[in-house]
Amino acid sequence: MAVVLVLVAIAVGSVLFHILSPWWWTPIASNWSYIDHTLVITFWITGAVFVAVVLFLAYCVWRFRHDPGRRAAYEPENRRLEGGLAAGTALGVVVMLAPGLFVWHQFITVPPGAAQVEVVGQQWLWSFRLPGADGKLGRAETRDVSPDNALGIDKADASALDDIVIEGGELHLPVGKPVKVLLRSIDVLHNFYVPEFRAKMDMIPGMVTYFWLTPTRTGTFDVLCAELCGVGHSVMRGTVVVDTEADYQVWLSEQPTFTQLQAQAEPEGLPVPAEMAQAPGER
Amino acid sequence: MVDASHDGNDLITPAAVEDVELYHPHSWWTRYVFSQDAKVIAIQYACTAIAIGLVALVLSWLMRIQLAFPGVLPFIDADRYYQFITMHGMIMVIYLLTALFLGGFGNYLIPLMVGARDMVFPYANMLSYWLYLLAVVVLVASFFTPGGPTGAGWTLYPPQAILANTPGGQQWGIILMLVSLIIFVIGFTMGGLNYVVTVLQGRTRGMTLMRLPLTVWGIFTATVMALLAFPALFVACVMMLFDRLAGTSFFMPAIVEMGEQLKHGGGSPIMFQHLFWFFGHPEVYIVALPAFGIVSDLISTHARKNIFGYRMMVWAIVIIGALSFVVWAHHMYVSGMNPYFGFFFATTTLIIAVPTAIKVYNWALTLWRGNIHLTLPMLFSLAFIVTFVNGGLTGLFLGNVVVDVPLSDTMFVVAHFHMVMGVAPILVIFGAIYHWYPKVTGRMLNEAMGQLHFWITFLGAYLIFFPMHYVGLVGVPRRYYEIGETSFVPASVHDLNVFITVVALIVGAAQMMFLFNLVWSLRHGREAGGNPWRATTLEWQTPQTPPVHGNWGKELPIVYRWAYDYSVPGAAEDFIPQNQPGTLGVTREAVA
Ligand code: HEM
Ligand SMILES: [Cu+2]
Ligand SMILES: [Cu+2]
Repeated sequence: MAVVLVLVAIAVGSVLFHILSPWWWTPIASNWSYIDHTLVITFWITGAVFVAVVLFLAYCVWRFRHDPGRRAAYEPENRRLEGGLAAGTALGVVVMLAPGLFVWHQFITVPPGAAQVEVVGQQWLWSFRLPGADGKLGRAETRDVSPDNALGIDKADASALDDIVIEGGELHLPVGKPVKVLLRSIDVLHNFYVPEFRAKMDMIPGMVTYFWLTPTRTGTFDVLCAELCGVGHSVMRGTVVVDTEADYQVWLSEQPTFTQLQAQAEPEGLPVPAEMAQAPGER
Repeated sequence: MVDASHDGNDLITPAAVEDVELYHPHSWWTRYVFSQDAKVIAIQYACTAIAIGLVALVLSWLMRIQLAFPGVLPFIDADRYYQFITMHGMIMVIYLLTALFLGGFGNYLIPLMVGARDMVFPYANMLSYWLYLLAVVVLVASFFTPGGPTGAGWTLYPPQAILANTPGGQQWGIILMLVSLIIFVIGFTMGGLNYVVTVLQGRTRGMTLMRLPLTVWGIFTATVMALLAFPALFVACVMMLFDRLAGTSFFMPAIVEMGEQLKHGGGSPIMFQHLFWFFGHPEVYIVALPAFGIVSDLISTHARKNIFGYRMMVWAIVIIGALSFVVWAHHMYVSGMNPYFGFFFATTTLIIAVPTAIKVYNWALTLWRGNIHLTLPMLFSLAFIVTFVNGGLTGLFLGNVVVDVPLSDTMFVVAHFHMVMGVAPILVIFGAIYHWYPKVTGRMLNEAMGQLHFWITFLGAYLIFFPMHYVGLVGVPRRYYEIGETSFVPASVHDLNVFITVVALIVGAAQMMFLFNLVWSLRHGREAGGNPWRATTLEWQTPQTPPVHGNWGKELPIVYRWAYDYSVPGAAEDFIPQNQPGTLGVTREAVA
């Protein structure tokens, strides 16, 4: 009987834990509440299946437990039952998959007017680049990275000269404006992850990846790295600030352009991330 | 109702080939060490796998201690943490589970269950084990090299896997890991070909494919998959070795490492991920399908009832095996691959849910109107269903591309895959050991220790991994040496981490008791007799227990029926062994 009670306790306990425990996602700050909704639908469908299966097991153990004289039924197959269950499962799968694919389509379709920002990862530092007055990001390549050009921006590209470059600082975004986040890495894989945005994507050296979002509330949010990138992975942190349009313009006007940075370039070498010197573990 | 128990092949054909003479060992060395007997090889595989598995278990303790009490063990710095993660993951998946299911259970059970005297290529089978052992030795050696083992994560993603800021990246660690995997694949191929050919060619008279126990179907299909999937891992390892040692750039684009341009360029890190997961996803099922098969037989035997929907179960295994080759990129939704792949891979992934669910229904329906003996194998089977269903359902989150976006690379993923491919298969392994130990040794495992082991392991594992999903939901990424200060992780998550760690330590300790039981019962266990569970399959019908070299004495058994004639109406006993002739039970005429 212990088995029956434990099985029931697992079914009931899991649901209660889900409802009562304090651990849930952090409040969303982007337009991707669709993702949250799909997740909640999935929770309820799968939760119902889980409870049903476990309770059915409990019932079987309780009802058909061995006692002297019992003999099991002999029923090799039951086509109708098997077919019905398969069809029901297929239906449940469709109910979850359809909204999922629908939202995925939105997720990968950037709205036409979206602004662009670039996030560049390197061990273990976040840098950012915004298009300057011309609204265009200039070309950039890992091969062009040098001590005075940490992001590898192509000096020959005219549209690059007014780009705004933020090495290791905060990224600001205006609230309510769709933005396409272009992702680049100059060394290993990283992943730009802001829990409140729900979106994330790997950054790959040699490629530009992207996702898009519309920030929906102002605030300051942590940036974490969500792809193992070496021993400093867990200390690769940054900050995104979502501003009102006015605050954003003030901040923007204070940032240096690529040309200005070049003018005051220090010859010593690449800015080395602070964490590196005291990266966990002696090396 | 259609009858699956008799399939029209009831006429026993004369033997197609003469019974062959086996190699006869002449000394203690060739009998017990360089043995060609699949049963001895199976035990060698199993003992080696369990031994290296213990290393992985201890590593999991150390990681859990670091996560709950950061810094309390000063020798666990970030380097070591990542090394522990990597070795733990790789050992558990490849060197423990794959080796134990295929090399261990496959070797022991295939020849016995199909009614063969041994594997068809005994010598290659022996080599397979020794190569596996060599692979393990090379793997362990990396702990003792300068720089230690690799800390690249078990996925070994380049570029970081072979760069200096990853432990072992520019030292020995990654090289030994790749070499060890290469040796493992070579060794596995020798064993794997054996298992496949033995199932196809070594069956005794009357053992048609549709009379094979599901255990054999599971192991057979998993082996075919492994033979197709491991080559992808093999070439990925060879290519990465070239990148690391010869300066090629298969996976290495232009890179600036700590301010310096590396001499690489033009390679594709994503290509490695495709190769890795083309192996890595089928690998999940290479572990799962033997578990599916074994658990089917455990449930049927201990519920004294035929497995429900046998043919559906066989087809489900085969279909899952086939489909699992077209879902690999669901591990790469946020990898930066072409986002349109997401539609395809989400669809295929969710389609797999259907045959998988059918298997679950059929296990449950086997219990329905059964005669359920709550033996240890049955308890572990029930526990398997619970954990597998739980882990399988969270797979629907991660497979459904857009839902995966917030969850991927968080502790939710860690909780999911531990539930579904860590805990669930391990529970089957335990159930299987309690089930077949009497055949292997002639003695039963101690029941009291077994009960304690069961309850701690089942409930403990659930308590570890169920709440862990919510740590991921909060947003804690996986592979984090420490989460440190954030604005979104409440302090209570830390208490949860402490709880999980405490339970993990207890669960680990219970495994020590299990190992003790294995040794203790060798001498002190109750005598089992030849067929203590009153089971139908051939391995329980051997003339000697434990079976001797050659398995069957003078005459090979002849098979007259499927593996699931339990509680046949009208039969005197509640089971009819496969090698027992007669028309009792549901004859073909009765159901036509
Ligand atoms: C009580 C048993 C176990 C405990 C407490 C445990 C604990 C852990 C922990 C703490 C991690 C690291 C999580 C992170 O920070 O990302 C981990 C990773 C992992 N574990 Fe386990 N584990 C257990 C059993 C298993 C089993 C049986 C398997 C077999 C499949 C397994 C496979 C893995 C894999 C593949 C990883 C990922 C490694 C990586 O991220 O590279 N574990 N485990
Ligand atoms: Cu990282
Ligand atoms: Cu997969």
